[in-house]
Amino acid sequence: MMDVTRRQFLKITAAGLGSSSLALLGFSPQPALAEIRNFKLARTTETRNTCPYCSVSCGVLLYSLGDKSKNVKTEIIHIEGDPDNPVNRGTLCPKGAGLLDMIHSADRLKHPEVREPGAKDWKRIGWDEAFDRIARHLKADRDANFIKTNDAGTTVNRWNTTGFLASSATSNESGYLLHKVVRGLGVVSLDTQARI
Amino acid sequence: MAWQSLDIQRRSATTTPAPGARQATEVAKLIDISQCIGCKACQVACMEWNDLRGEVGHCAGVYDNPGDLDSQTWTLMRYTELENNGRLEWLIRKDGCMHCQDPGCLKACPAPGAIVQYANGIVDFHQENCIGCGYCITGCPFNIPRLSEKDHKAYKCSLCSDRVAVGQSPACVKTCPTGALHFGSKEAMKDHAEHRIADLKSRGFSNAGLYDPPGVSGTHVMYVLQHADHPEWYSGLPRDPKISPWVGIWKGLAKPLAIGAMAAITLASLFHYIIKGPNEVSKETEKEVENETRS
Repeated sequence: MMDVTRRQFLKITAAGLGSSSLALLGFSPQPALAEIRNFKLARTTETRNTCPYCSVSCGVLLYSLGDKSKNVKTEIIHIEGDPDNPVNRGTLCPKGAGLLDMIHSADRLKHPEVREPGAKDWKRIGWDEAFDRIARHLKADRDANFIKTNDAGTTVNRWNTTGFLASSATSNESGYLLHKVVRGLGVVSLDTQARI
Repeated sequence: MAWQSLDIQRRSATTTPAPGARQATEVAKLIDISQCIGCKACQVACMEWNDLRGEVGHCAGVYDNPGDLDSQTWTLMRYTELENNGRLEWLIRKDGCMHCQDPGCLKACPAPGAIVQYANGIVDFHQENCIGCGYCITGCPFNIPRLSEKDHKAYKCSLCSDRVAVGQSPACVKTCPTGALHFGSKEAMKDHAEHRIADLKSRGFSNAGLYDPPGVSGTHVMYVLQHADHPEWYSGLPRDPKISPWVGIWKGLAKPLAIGAMAAITLASLFHYIIKGPNEVSKETEKEVENETRS
């Protein structure tokens, strides 16, 4: 082992202390590196959709965590405009830009509810029950009020007591199907929320 | 196009030279005030992308909401009603970091690596290195950075450096429905601005022009102003922004002097210790002192 006298030891210690103090004062070379925050959408799943707000129906891209594998619960973490959609070409208005918070809103309706005649409160029901109830009401109304022929005896097949209001975000394809179904039932009052 | 955004050209409180051999494309955001309708989509998109959610505030009687920039609001629309030659003009300015080529915040920052400037021109804060002193706010000619009350660190617009790094545009630019915001290379933005200014001039705004202040060596966020001769009309946009001379005095003169003085003291005490050694007290002196204290 190296022979170090007490005096030498003190000198080495003092020199070490002095140089490390100088490093603290800013004389030490720092690595000139900066890490940019990682791009948070790197391997998220991208899903195309239509903004639900107004009738402009901007295209949106929903980015959700994970790759939809079996054990992964997806969660939408970001939404931005779809650059390939000819309506908005990637842009979104302030409401559309904040769509993420509508999806995660605590006030959002997440399951069907019914308020029966005379009842004060809304009652949670299942999807099957909701569809059954809607179908039952529609059928009852149609059976009671369907007009097969007019006064002149001409077949008209009208169902005037029920109307249908379609979503503003209905595409050509779903609009075609909607028209076929609703008109096939005899509904005359068909409209969409195709205006803001 | 490779943005080379990991290359940095400046780093706060660091004396080591940054790598600078490669020429990165300088990027810029162009804000065309004449095309802005003040819808605040940019403000919402900024909060959404950067995971910021401010407190729900109160209406103060104006559209400015919130009232000022804060750690959760990195961009803010500022509305000015101007009566000019018998005409009412609504000047709406998107306020936020200008990403100066010569950033006052970075120059004033004493924390190594808390503020960096990438080779593409973006000035970014790295909060993990921030010590919360607030000198960046003093150093900023545009009064942009804000300290968070939650973690006492400074925050401001990053020009979505994470998006730009992968070749995307900042969130605000992408969402802008009227095309008032544009993003691209600084050259392309200047070209676009030229067309806009020519159009504005043909519509009677004879003083229309580009705001790219030379006092901070140009900015990477530029404005097209209808009244470039009166930038102060736009919610007090500074006419000739400059880094406060105190930043230069402190960092250029006072800091090296103080460091020199401290280093000199350290070296002097080191030499004193080596040459003179420790202050030794002889047995006689010790006895004398003991006798004095007893008597």
